[in-house]
Amino acid sequence: MDNNLLAQIVFYFFAALTVGSAAVVVFAKSLIRSVFALLFTFFGVAALYAFLGADFLAATQMVIYVGGILVLLLFGVMLTHKLYDLNLKSERYQVLPAIVVVLGIFFLLAGYVLRTRWHAGGQSPDAPTTAAIGELFMKDYILPFEVASILLLIALIGAAMIVRRRSE
Amino acid sequence: MIGLSHYLIISAALFSLGIMGVLTRKNAVNVLMGVELILNSANINLVAFSKYSSGNISGQIFAIFIIVVAAAEAAVALAIVLSMYRIIKTVNLDRADTLKG
Repeated sequence: MDNNLLAQIVFYFFAALTVGSAAVVVFAKSLIRSVFALLFTFFGVAALYAFLGADFLAATQMVIYVGGILVLLLFGVMLTHKLYDLNLKSERYQVLPAIVVVLGIFFLLAGYVLRTRWHAGGQSPDAPTTAAIGELFMKDYILPFEVASILLLIALIGAAMIVRRRSE
Repeated sequence: MIGLSHYLIISAALFSLGIMGVLTRKNAVNVLMGVELILNSANINLVAFSKYSSGNISGQIFAIFIIVVAAAEAAVALAIVLSMYRIIKTVNLDRADTLKG
């Protein structure tokens, strides 16, 4: 019972961390502050994956999002602003209509989530998932796996092609 | 007890905040951050349904594919942002109106 309470406290802590830092990402005036708040959002989402028993996915989230996409976004911020431009403000517009629309979306989604009687199938046990995921990739999902690798290759070549300096 | 709906509510909040970022920001990199929030919220949904509703881990496989697509999307989108910066010297999305009549 005590263990359960502790789990709940930790869950609500990470839920608050995720949503709170996502709010900072959206509302912060400074771009750099947004990027670093995004770090905490990704970290909180990884913790939620760990709560859901998805250990491999939590590690993947940390490696790819925090190690890859976040660094890429930081590069994007640094390369598209002059270095002496210290305040790096991001302008906002249509804030009030956006708040109305977003609150509408949120309450619609939350209302349906709370009203729907979700199919409660067998709850999967908390076991290490890495081996099972690898097996599924090599057996049932071999075609999507290969297609995803080709997609990554195309994205790699395409991104390099777009940003290369044209020499004419 | 923490159930499926807790995760779905968190995911709905992340999704709404992502939409908010996409709608209100003028900086292209900031809009990209909103898109990443939306993709993460979809991932939380998939993994939560995978645990509480399906009883197997196919949802996690789908989440991994979403992460792959998100990585590809971030790389290509930042390439586009960089080349936009090179051409019109700003990442303000309002200024990218060359095609406007």
